[in-house]
Amino acid sequence: MANFETVEVNTDLLILGGGFSACGVATEAAYWAKKNNLKITLVDKAALDRSGAVAMGLSAINQYVGVKDGDNTLEDYVRYVRQDLMGISREDLVYNIARHVDSSVHLFEKWGLKIWLDEDGKYIHEGRWQLMINGESYKILVAEAAKNAIADAGGEIFERVFIVEPLLDGNKCVGAVGFSTREEKFYVFKAKCTVATMGGAVHVFRPRSVGEGFGRSWYPPFNTGSSAYFTIKAGAEMTCQEVRFIPVRFKDAYGPVGAWFLLFKSRAISAVGGEYMTVRKEELNNWAPYGLAKPIPANLRNYLGMLDIDEGLGPLYMETAEAMGKIADAYKEDPKGYKKKLKELESEAWEDFLDMTISQAHLWAAMNVKPEEKHSEIAACEPYFIGSHSGASGAWVSGPEDLDTPYKWGFNNMTTVDGLFAAGDASGASSHKFSSGSHAEGRITGKAAIKYIVEKGAAPNVDAAVVEDLKAKILAPLDTYQEFCNITTEPSVNPNYILWRPFMDRMQKIMDEYAGGVTAAFKTSKPNLERAMELFVYLQEDAEKLAAEGIYELERCWENRHRMAQAEAHVRTMLFRDETRWPGYYFRADTPTMDEENWHCFANCRRDPATGEWEMSKKDIWNIPGV
Amino acid sequence: MPSFVIAEKCDGCKGQDRTACMYICPNDLMVLDQEKMKAYNRDPSMCWECQCCVKICPQQAMDVRGYADFIPLGASCTPLRGSEDIMWTVKFRDGSLKRFKFPIRTTEEGSADPLGGFATQDDLNSEALATEPASLGLDAVPTL
Repeated sequence: MANFETVEVNTDLLILGGGFSACGVATEAAYWAKKNNLKITLVDKAALDRSGAVAMGLSAINQYVGVKDGDNTLEDYVRYVRQDLMGISREDLVYNIARHVDSSVHLFEKWGLKIWLDEDGKYIHEGRWQLMINGESYKILVAEAAKNAIADAGGEIFERVFIVEPLLDGNKCVGAVGFSTREEKFYVFKAKCTVATMGGAVHVFRPRSVGEGFGRSWYPPFNTGSSAYFTIKAGAEMTCQEVRFIPVRFKDAYGPVGAWFLLFKSRAISAVGGEYMTVRKEELNNWAPYGLAKPIPANLRNYLGMLDIDEGLGPLYMETAEAMGKIADAYKEDPKGYKKKLKELESEAWEDFLDMTISQAHLWAAMNVKPEEKHSEIAACEPYFIGSHSGASGAWVSGPEDLDTPYKWGFNNMTTVDGLFAAGDASGASSHKFSSGSHAEGRITGKAAIKYIVEKGAAPNVDAAVVEDLKAKILAPLDTYQEFCNITTEPSVNPNYILWRPFMDRMQKIMDEYAGGVTAAFKTSKPNLERAMELFVYLQEDAEKLAAEGIYELERCWENRHRMAQAEAHVRTMLFRDETRWPGYYFRADTPTMDEENWHCFANCRRDPATGEWEMSKKDIWNIPGV
Repeated sequence: MPSFVIAEKCDGCKGQDRTACMYICPNDLMVLDQEKMKAYNRDPSMCWECQCCVKICPQQAMDVRGYADFIPLGASCTPLRGSEDIMWTVKFRDGSLKRFKFPIRTTEEGSADPLGGFATQDDLNSEALATEPASLGLDAVPTL
């Protein structure tokens, strides 16, 4: 076996991940840990300053309710999420995040985030819930507060350690194991309580760009399904595994469209000039009641555009020139004012890209795009797993104690596995939390986790033999490579093993072609999904033959096994749900309509860690009374 | 090519055990070639073009050449990140330039107080988080 030193770390609270939700957990947990003399440990596979989905920055905060100024109520937010997700949301979780999110935003401002203010000192909104920010260093600020909190509580941060597997004691999580991506060290973290906050999953589906642009996914390629794998492997019940997210963005570079739609009031049209949201309005009747209320759900907006594409009416365009022209018209009598306004808008439009999708600015510059002169192409991206946005996949977690719901079995955000909590992209059915809500959910979880330790925390019972087995299994790709690499003259092609990239390519091909990816025009069906399951059997078997030349390749091997768990849960749940509910995310061509009578419910799944068997179940939707 | 290292400018972060780009890359792509003492991007097709490496490089030895799949040659977006602002120079294919300057933070680096100076509370059993209700600007955390 590869000769890695084993490093054991004992802690009370173990935080896995480094993004917004992980930082929220750390910031809040540190306060309570210090009071209760508990140790917290955070493990990040990258560097905390620039890890997670906000690594590049963001140009807006997408969830701010504005309760203190009476702008909106929490119930307004719950209604908005219910509507956008076609009736499928855990309203207790959405409510819980909404009631804490404003305080996360107020904290960000104190930490140094520049939120745009009007003359009266009020936040400038991009949309009803969205605030404009100068967010290049948004993640750095949030990480800084988390680091300071951890240091103050005497906790510890491990960077560049990739967590692979949970440590279990029956139905209880007692820590995690992984390896350093910098030196030959195998890490064993033993903990009284563990929080999974390792983000969503990208590259489960084949992306549109498959050459050098392979990495240009909308959500980052370093979100590799680690949350899903970890919680599934621990035996946690999962929810909404079918609810992937497909954003419509500027084509190929995937730059944000929010500012153009919300701030500049731009229209989206087909190549023949029709605005699909108007031309295809009748289609929305088929998706009532959700199709008929405002705002129209993101997936239905996607769907109307996809219908244009299906009919050969593409490409689709964002009418930037028309939107800017309208703004110019408003300044007809005031050329000086127009010039000033145009300069302001131009700067806002470019900052929108430069803050969060630099490639889009690059693409526009490379094509000499002047948005005031010419429209720009938009398109649906490949599917992603992002429970924090307008997707919903994640673990099924316990809801807040003060609400009278059927979803309570202990502590806020604890999964169905004792001592294992989840937040952000790792927790499901609480969509539209974005950066700020993920941080708030992290804070909720951080406090609950400390409460769990204070009330129930017991020394973790870890079986040394199990740890040794896990070490051998995790490092096996290194051994496999060494054993066989000299058999062929070119080590990438070898009958005894498969490298991570071709393994990933095969997984993506299955998902793309059978499970409703880009080349299948987001359509699938029972026979297609069953075929995907057949092909997964070979892939699962071949996963045991993954080989890695060094630590970097080992990291990529395990990232792809993580993605595989997300892929399987997704296919199983799309198979289970015999209807089409989110036609702009995926379309079950054999069950093309929405079935409110039988499927107005959550579709959950659980893999039994002892047998490897999957169990599917329906769970009732609870609505906040009177909302 | 996504992010790339300009051979002439890279000094391998002066022989430290890790380079700035290697430290920061969220996708673990940057590596120091110990023989040449130059860093390189080991898998451009996994690069997100987030420019975290470009922004942190002390020698300004890094840049991005847009994904060949769909970005025509000849343009660049070059950041210069300071302690308060970031300056961007956007070069178009036709040679024209745009420059932008945006603030990145309003406080001094390292100064973020996790509690934000808000009043705190000590009830582990309440739904209120450490700085609430003060940080909400409300008298109490709302409930149904």
